[in-house]
Amino acid sequence: MKLYRISALFERDMRKFFRSPTLMMVSMIFPLVQLIVLGYAFGGKIRGVRVAFVDNDHGAEAVRVRAMLDAVRTGPGVIRLVDYSTLPAAVRDLKIGLVRGVILAPYDFSYRVEHQDNPRLVLVEDNTDRTISGALESTLQTMVQQFDVPAVTSPLPAQTQLDVVEVYPYIEYIKYLLPGSIAMAMFVVAMIGGGITFIDDKSRGLHEGYLVTPIEGAELVLGLNLAGAIKGLMAGMVITVVGGLIAGVSGLANPLRLAYLALVCAVAALTMISLMFVTMVRVDDPMVPRAVFGVLNTLLFFPSGAIYPIQGFPKWMQAIAVVDPFYYTVHALRYLLLKGVGIAGIYHDLLVLAGMSAGFLALGIGLFKRQL
Amino acid sequence: MSAVEVDHLTKQFGDFTAVDAISFTVAQNEIFGLLGPNGAGKTTLIRMLTTLTPPTSGTAHVAGCDIVREPNRVRESMGVIPQALTSDPELTAEENLSIHAKLYGVPAAEREALVPELMAAVGLEKFRWALVRTFSGGMRRRLEIARGLMHSPKILFLDEPTSGLDPVSRSNVWEMIERLRREKNLTILLTTHYMDEADKLCDRIAIVDHGRLKALDTPSRLKASIPGNDVVEAEFDRAPADWTAELARLEGVRSVQPRDGSIRLSSAEGPRTIAALVELVRARGVTLRRVSVASTTLDDVFLHFTGRDLRDELGEGRYSVGHLYR
Repeated sequence: MKLYRISALFERDMRKFFRSPTLMMVSMIFPLVQLIVLGYAFGGKIRGVRVAFVDNDHGAEAVRVRAMLDAVRTGPGVIRLVDYSTLPAAVRDLKIGLVRGVILAPYDFSYRVEHQDNPRLVLVEDNTDRTISGALESTLQTMVQQFDVPAVTSPLPAQTQLDVVEVYPYIEYIKYLLPGSIAMAMFVVAMIGGGITFIDDKSRGLHEGYLVTPIEGAELVLGLNLAGAIKGLMAGMVITVVGGLIAGVSGLANPLRLAYLALVCAVAALTMISLMFVTMVRVDDPMVPRAVFGVLNTLLFFPSGAIYPIQGFPKWMQAIAVVDPFYYTVHALRYLLLKGVGIAGIYHDLLVLAGMSAGFLALGIGLFKRQL
Repeated sequence: MSAVEVDHLTKQFGDFTAVDAISFTVAQNEIFGLLGPNGAGKTTLIRMLTTLTPPTSGTAHVAGCDIVREPNRVRESMGVIPQALTSDPELTAEENLSIHAKLYGVPAAEREALVPELMAAVGLEKFRWALVRTFSGGMRRRLEIARGLMHSPKILFLDEPTSGLDPVSRSNVWEMIERLRREKNLTILLTTHYMDEADKLCDRIAIVDHGRLKALDTPSRLKASIPGNDVVEAEFDRAPADWTAELARLEGVRSVQPRDGSIRLSSAEGPRTIAALVELVRARGVTLRRVSVASTTLDDVFLHFTGRDLRDELGEGRYSVGHLYR
């Protein structure tokens, strides 16, 4: 194996990369747009949900409930209360979307509260939107717990209280999403540079020009992948800094932290480009990488925990995460960006990614056809 | 020692035999042409010789090295200009040459001297720093010839070097190939489907059709090898049934071949054959619609050896792009 041949191919790819701003722009704009749009779209708290209140009781306790709901409206602002005189009218408006939930105080509610006879409030909810119905349930559960607290506190120990201590400052969703966007930037570079451009060059006959030289298959594979990894590293670091500034991540000026981030990006970029190379090494049709792009993007990005914790996934999706380089990349970047830990928190991810890279490269070299 | 030795080289793709037991040798400093229509097997043959495709059977040596057992030594000894334009359009001409030379391990000092020298040799010295995507097809082809010479090869393989070029560019490439052979002492093996190109450039020509070698000799000997020195082509109306037989008995006529409504007469002496033809037409009451006489060309040679007209083959407009996606 001759280093000068690997270096020649590396030089060729890097010159093309710097000469074509399109690849740089595309690889960086898409993840940044995703970060900003998804970060702010999913990161906000639910507010101003129109909820109908039907008071069939007209007693003192129903009035107290109404007052507490008003407090929720004026406090956290999750709901906007609308009074209805009858339950059927409220449910009709729920079905046509004028309100997203109906709270009913039944006719004997106050009586049952006063006689401690299992009093109940009813929440009728539009469960087609799990996010809003979840927010409503959570808000009303909290309100009901407060409603149940006796006016005079018992001197005896009652229910155990849980005091929550948060280790890190409040993490906005956009910060949570940032590692996924960095991984996406590196993936886009791998997809365009390692997939689309590779096949386009092959179909234009450019590879034939290299195959008639004494270059070995392994040298060609290593040269192309090394250049792809450096391009991915550059895209990843640009998004780390620019996205970090947009999301308000602190501590980015710390050289050691930046070095760890660069290390993770370098290894992750090599993994992604080598994965892409293995996927495309036997492909000749220029349409294939374009068609595969969306599938791979969905298959690798969403199960990685980039936008939602994998603990919320079904088992089969969690199984994908185990072999998904995005998962380890996002995990390591999240530890570095949001938790500020050092090598102790990321060495496992680095080892897995390095192992994957070695495996993909070995497979790529094995599958690469030196002849036409 | 011959520059190229090919011995019963065969390539099969499944049941299809693209190259069928072809044998020939190319001498040092010779320009050797493989002439045939698209799909004749020329590109497959050149791909085997340049180690891009493994042969199914047979052997070949390039610069004394076996193409199967010593592929890297073969690659080091040859420069290849494939049929597709393989220079990188996103790089400059200088970068294309320089990076290609690096793949062969050409030292930096040598590269720096060779780039301007070869750019000048192919007439592109003014475009050294220009992006290749701004080049015309002819300029790219010339650049690729320069690129193929960056490691000072002994043998140059050119696959359809002027395919798709305009007449001026073709003429420039021909002139350059002749000059490079002279100045660099190169052996050149090229494929072409242009008869004039083969006629003008090649010391010897191998006619290839359906993967088989049909004839091999110098252009002049090939032309002399078929009956007649001239070709008389004529069209008739109201020709009788035994007309072909009557034409064959005309003075000087060696053979008669109908073609697309006209009749081609190979003649030892064209003008005398025409005179006799006019007499015969008058005597038999046949209308002579058109008559022409020309010297024998390689097209006639091709027709003679293959039974088909090379121009007609090309006129079918078949152009293989399969290699782009193989």
